[in-house]
Amino acid sequence: MMSVIDLSCIKMVWLRDILRYFRERSQLYGSLARPVLWLFVLGMGLRGSYGRVQDVDYTQFIFPGILAMTAIFTSVQSAVSIIWDREFGFLKEILVAPVPRTSIAVGKGLAGTTLSLIQGMIILMLAPLVNVSIPWLNILPLIGVIALLSFSLTGIGIVIAARMTSFQGFGTIMNFIIMPMWFLSGALFPFDRLPGWLTVLVRVNPLTYGVDLIRKLVLGFSYQPPLLDLLFLVGFSVITTAAAVFFFSRGEY
Amino acid sequence: MNLSIEVDELHREFRGFTAVDHISFSVDRGELFGFLGPNGAGKTTTVRMLSTLSRPTSGSARVAGFDVVHQHDMVRKSIGIIFQDPSLDDRLTARENLRFHAMIYKVPRKEVGQRIDRALEWMQLSDRADHLVRTFSGGMKRRLEIGRGLLHSPGVLFLDEPTLGLDPQTRARIWERLLDLRKTIGTTLFLTTHYMDEAENCDRIAIIDHGRIVALDTPARLKGRVQGDLVRLSTADDVSAADEIRGKYDIEVLEESSGLRLEVDDGAAFVPGLLRGLSVPVLSVSVRQPTLEDVFLRLTGREIRDEEAGEKDRLRSRIRRMGRAGR
Repeated sequence: MMSVIDLSCIKMVWLRDILRYFRERSQLYGSLARPVLWLFVLGMGLRGSYGRVQDVDYTQFIFPGILAMTAIFTSVQSAVSIIWDREFGFLKEILVAPVPRTSIAVGKGLAGTTLSLIQGMIILMLAPLVNVSIPWLNILPLIGVIALLSFSLTGIGIVIAARMTSFQGFGTIMNFIIMPMWFLSGALFPFDRLPGWLTVLVRVNPLTYGVDLIRKLVLGFSYQPPLLDLLFLVGFSVITTAAAVFFFSRGEY
Repeated sequence: MNLSIEVDELHREFRGFTAVDHISFSVDRGELFGFLGPNGAGKTTTVRMLSTLSRPTSGSARVAGFDVVHQHDMVRKSIGIIFQDPSLDDRLTARENLRFHAMIYKVPRKEVGQRIDRALEWMQLSDRADHLVRTFSGGMKRRLEIGRGLLHSPGVLFLDEPTLGLDPQTRARIWERLLDLRKTIGTTLFLTTHYMDEAENCDRIAIIDHGRIVALDTPARLKGRVQGDLVRLSTADDVSAADEIRGKYDIEVLEESSGLRLEVDDGAAFVPGLLRGLSVPVLSVSVRQPTLEDVFLRLTGREIRDEEAGEKDRLRSRIRRMGRAGR
């Protein structure tokens, strides 16, 4: 019997994604354009008509949300590249190799996490431009939280990729699952003064807790106790990882 | 143990559609074994089961001594496979594709560089090693895939329609490489094809149709099943000519759209008499030795044709998709 963790397989899957990321510059620029647009255009645009919350203005308020957005979209997109690999045939090369599927999924998860972190770091460097100053001591925990959030989301991406047989459904998934999850995460508006039904949706959304924790580390305040946020985030990543491994392992390609 | 592949009553159904119907055969170590049949005959399904990519509905198979269901990891370590559709990462270079392959197959680190160079050399791609695969021609991609399939020194190499869609010159080059490989390293080669001329290169051929093996032998012996020579005849009135020949010679006459077709022991001796005695004017006549195409026609009553591919390919990809979604 083969063990479930195959380091050389994880390394291969990870390295390939990283290599391709740096080779395809357009992907890099493209994925940075979105957060920059949201932060500067939407953030600056709404700043005037938005009062101060907890002593921060709107661009400062959404900065943690933009960090989360970068993690969300980068990791889901990275995992969904499995669909491309299936379409162009490379997936077969990995699947017929004597390696456990679990390790392929883990490699994919780590690659998505790494890319998310790289993008996240770039966004983090924009902090001074919107007058956000993050305490130095919070940087390392922040990286940890973004990594955990990204790893969970690659899990969702892998489940989507394993269940989807064509690329056509991808836009639908993004619009019906990923976009709403981000909108309902409290990334764009404070969620202590929402109508009841919206509060419920925000509270059942696992991303809310990730965004809240990032907010605590970046801006110094949160809507939930940080420990509770962390607990939810860890639980979320355990569930998505398990789902990713389960769905990816049982598919016949 | 000298058997490389042993297949016993292997069977695969896709929701009521039988793709492979209780086939049994074995392949010797070092043999070049061909699966010949039209598209949709069950060739790819067989390769997928032998390479552990899909499970048989019933029956069993051993590859390199390991059971394809219960010891699939061992099977995977012992085989290389070249799929019908491309499976390279075309955003990477040839060398990178090979290096990643070596990584997941755990080729000892010290040997990796040397093996990659050798594979590139074998496949005559050394000068393009560091180019992106997307710039390669179809034939180069195929050669790279074959080189990659051999990188971890598998005991058995599966090739599913290795020359499909390539031009004749490229096909010839791929074959030259395969025959060279066989001579130099002695890996067992199991390939599928629907090209008759390619099947002639094999040590033995299994002719497969509608999921069943209808014949299995060496190309020479298979051709021996068609008696003597083939005479093709076209006349001013094929129908009455056919009747006349049947009456006179007591042999089977096949009426085809292009003319008549008869099998006789000695064509060269038969034709002059035929021409002299026939009352219908003869437009053309040809005599030739039987080919595998004739054997196939004889065994299945049909010709292997590319025209058939359209519908069957669609069916096959639909089945494939169903199989994928169902699990």
